[in-house]
Amino acid sequence: MEFPLSELLPFANIITLLIFACTALVADLFMQKRYPHLSYYIALVGIVVALGLTVNSTISQTALLQGQAIQDGVGQFLQVFVLVSVLGALVYGRHYVLERKIMQGEYYVLATLSTLGMLVLVSAHSLLTLYLGVEIMSLPLYAMVALRKEHAASVEASLKYFIMGAIASAMLLYGFSLIYGITGHIVLSDIAASLKTVPASQHIILEFALVFIVAAVGFKLAAVPFHMWAPDVYTGAPTSVTIFLSSAPKVAAVAMLMRLMVIAMPSMLPEWRNILIVLSILSMGIGNLLAIAQTNFKRMLAYSAISHAGFILLGFIGGNAEGYAAAIYYIAVYVLMTLGAFGIILLLSKQGFEAEMIEDLRGLNKRNPWLAFMLLLIMFSLAGIPPLVGFFAKLFVLSEVVNVGLTWLAVVALLFAIMGTFYYIRIVKTMYFEDPIETSAMVTASDTRTLFTLNSLMLIVLGLLPAALWTWSQTAVTTLLKG
Amino acid sequence: MTEHMPILSFLIGLPIVSGSIILAMKKVARPQVLRYTALLTMVVSLALCLPLLMQFDTQTYSMQFAESYAWLPAFNLNYNLAIDGLSLTMIVLTTFTTLIALMATWYSIEDRIAQYLASFLFLQGLMVGVFAATDAMLFYIFFEATLIPMYLIIGIWGSSNRVYAAIKFFLFTFIGSAMLLVALIYLGVQAKSFAIDAFYALKLSLPVQILIFIGFLLGFAIKIPMWPFHTWLPDAHTEAPAGGSIVLAAILLKLGAYGFLRFALPIVPDACSNLAWFMVTLSLIAIVYIALVAIVQKDMKKLIAYSSISHMGFVTLGCFMIFLISQSEHAMKQAGALGLEGAMFVMISHGFVSSALFAGVGFLYDRMHSREIKDFGGIINSMPMLAALFLFFALANAGLPGTSGFVGEFMVILASLNAGFWIALLAATTLIFGAAYTLWMYKRVFFGAVANDKVASLQDIRGFELLAFVALAVAVLFFGIYPDPILKLLHTTTQHLLSLSFVSKLG
Repeated sequence: MEFPLSELLPFANIITLLIFACTALVADLFMQKRYPHLSYYIALVGIVVALGLTVNSTISQTALLQGQAIQDGVGQFLQVFVLVSVLGALVYGRHYVLERKIMQGEYYVLATLSTLGMLVLVSAHSLLTLYLGVEIMSLPLYAMVALRKEHAASVEASLKYFIMGAIASAMLLYGFSLIYGITGHIVLSDIAASLKTVPASQHIILEFALVFIVAAVGFKLAAVPFHMWAPDVYTGAPTSVTIFLSSAPKVAAVAMLMRLMVIAMPSMLPEWRNILIVLSILSMGIGNLLAIAQTNFKRMLAYSAISHAGFILLGFIGGNAEGYAAAIYYIAVYVLMTLGAFGIILLLSKQGFEAEMIEDLRGLNKRNPWLAFMLLLIMFSLAGIPPLVGFFAKLFVLSEVVNVGLTWLAVVALLFAIMGTFYYIRIVKTMYFEDPIETSAMVTASDTRTLFTLNSLMLIVLGLLPAALWTWSQTAVTTLLKG
Repeated sequence: MTEHMPILSFLIGLPIVSGSIILAMKKVARPQVLRYTALLTMVVSLALCLPLLMQFDTQTYSMQFAESYAWLPAFNLNYNLAIDGLSLTMIVLTTFTTLIALMATWYSIEDRIAQYLASFLFLQGLMVGVFAATDAMLFYIFFEATLIPMYLIIGIWGSSNRVYAAIKFFLFTFIGSAMLLVALIYLGVQAKSFAIDAFYALKLSLPVQILIFIGFLLGFAIKIPMWPFHTWLPDAHTEAPAGGSIVLAAILLKLGAYGFLRFALPIVPDACSNLAWFMVTLSLIAIVYIALVAIVQKDMKKLIAYSSISHMGFVTLGCFMIFLISQSEHAMKQAGALGLEGAMFVMISHGFVSSALFAGVGFLYDRMHSREIKDFGGIINSMPMLAALFLFFALANAGLPGTSGFVGEFMVILASLNAGFWIALLAATTLIFGAAYTLWMYKRVFFGAVANDKVASLQDIRGFELLAFVALAVAVLFFGIYPDPILKLLHTTTQHLLSLSFVSKLG
């Protein structure tokens, strides 16, 4: 096998991340006593360098490395948002990790390796590379959830996540094996070509394969009925890990959908569209309804994540270039919103105090008006109220659904979204309309606070100027479908 | 691009920028400085309306002072602003009423004053945006965005049950708006553009028109509010602070009526024509039944809230009665125009009168911390200025000739005679019921024996409160005696709207 340098260069971001992960591991082994924060900085620098390399990588529609990997526009878009979300998660979680004495070296090495897996997954062009990416992404995550060893809830969450994740991976692999059995190919474009010539008698096997694959992707995306792990894992995991796994792996899951459904199986669009319609309606319904009953902020955000997964699936139901562009636009915007939503918990958590109940936000407007306003922007963006960018994400997705004639689906989606608005405005109510229980002065780390401000202001800036991000996602998808 | 000054963008942007500055100045400036900054901004906004009024061409129906910037070219969704006669009157009403709301509550809010002023300023900018937008999605964005500051105003500075009222207000109006969104998205997909003019040119089959009309109906009827979607309004009004009630009653309700006039009538005229009897029935129920409900209220603000719903019934009656008039054989020529202009005039007059009534109740609540009628009596002895001016506004609410309240109602009733005798009769009963609930409330609160010591020691209205009241009184009296300036602005818009509404869009 030949790996010419020209084919390796577009993946310089992945190679760099691997180098930095190994460096962090070795550095932590030998220099942990003298420079305890070294692994954090190495990881941070690695992510930033990888981000720079991703933005500057050469884009082409041809598969490289014997068809195993590809660096196209969609891949670049999603990789940028994976790296942005990991960057945010690491910076937000830094003080949380320090205060709770979570093992730093292991934490940052695992995070970097997981990011590596996500990048591999996003740029995968064969079933094997995709699976490789899924595993490299997931295994460190299971460990990260359990890193707070003395906290029983974290260990329980990690076990749940691991067992269910292993089942999902197994289903994915089984689906892949069925596809390989029918088509004889593992490269995605070859699969797409040969699927067109499959005789009708073998079509049932393909549908089985589709169901297994959708089950695995649904697990990663936390769509109903594969969502049961999400509330427990989100709540039990240490919040710095929750922020990580609520943002970056979701982008990777959307990439899985793009690669598998759009590139590998476009001829099966009618079948997977129907499956996704069911998944979408159930996710939006159950996610929104169950979130209303929650008193734990993290758990509420987990259910809200489930409902947003339903919305993202609406973009894929659209089935055309604009629909897919709307879906990746949605996940990009969602990453920013969820980083902020968990970021406030990390900001408010102190030594010995987890700010994870909704009650802990009471009277935030009187204690710290600026933070309250920033969280207000995030909450209204999640609810989809203009002029925040969350509205545009929903608008694009719903426009594409109406465009293909499924107006009833748009009505159902909006009805569930309305029900969902309640728990977002309940947060605003808790912050603004109630009096604080804790009246001590608020001490928050300055770097986290700056990031939180930037994060929230991005939501309003993107809401006022949505064209740039939309054009980026649209050109990425249209070149993908044409090439 | 624009060849003239972008006044409309200034009218939207200036209050928003000013609100942000007030929030930024919160720690360094004294509250009085913040209040005067807000006052200055609102006065400047009102002054900016003068060039609009002067240079407005009343001879043409086309949209003037247009500004257009590309925003989302991929969806043909652009930042397009322009005004015609109806929008212009609404924008002037908005800037004027927000100023009144600030002046009337000058002395009553102390807690978190910077955020209070900023909320009102943001709200003002957004409301002007709703009336100035000529792109449907831009209209929707401004329409929805007004919910955020209003939600905060009710929930932070309201009275005891404010949380319930705020959440009810938000969710109730949001449900309607979401259905409106689906209708607008559908139209946008059909027209391949979100410009309202593109929607006017669409041809739609009757079942589709009826579905779109239902989307519009839910969105706007909840906002107006029409019976039976009105139940959020009494709660929102009673619990909101006085300034919030003023803005809510005077302008936010008109957003719904404006939506009907701008969207429903011209885009789905066949559905409107088919369902006109339904809308007229709902309007009459609002006028008559809600007026009866108002008579038995014990809470002053709730009474005025129901009175608001009853008056908005006139607006919707005037809007939809035009279809019944066109279907009737012996209709007077131009009766439709009379009804429609009457409806628009009621929108404006109700803006003035309800602002005044809510301001008055706000003055009383500040001093007595009660809105129950039984806690009052003989106010005229301790607060003669308030009593005198409040009597004037109470009579305007009842529709006394000489006040602006009479003009609009008279036009609508006169036009409704062409639609049907019984419609006119039921609509005219408002003259009786309106007088009943308003004057009976006035008598119990202001006349009679002094109820208790607290009443005897009340301080009369002063300073900015008095100024606000007098300004409103001048407006109500002036336009009651000489309504022509407003009507002249509305003529061409009405004619154009009628011509659009009577063209069948089937196909």
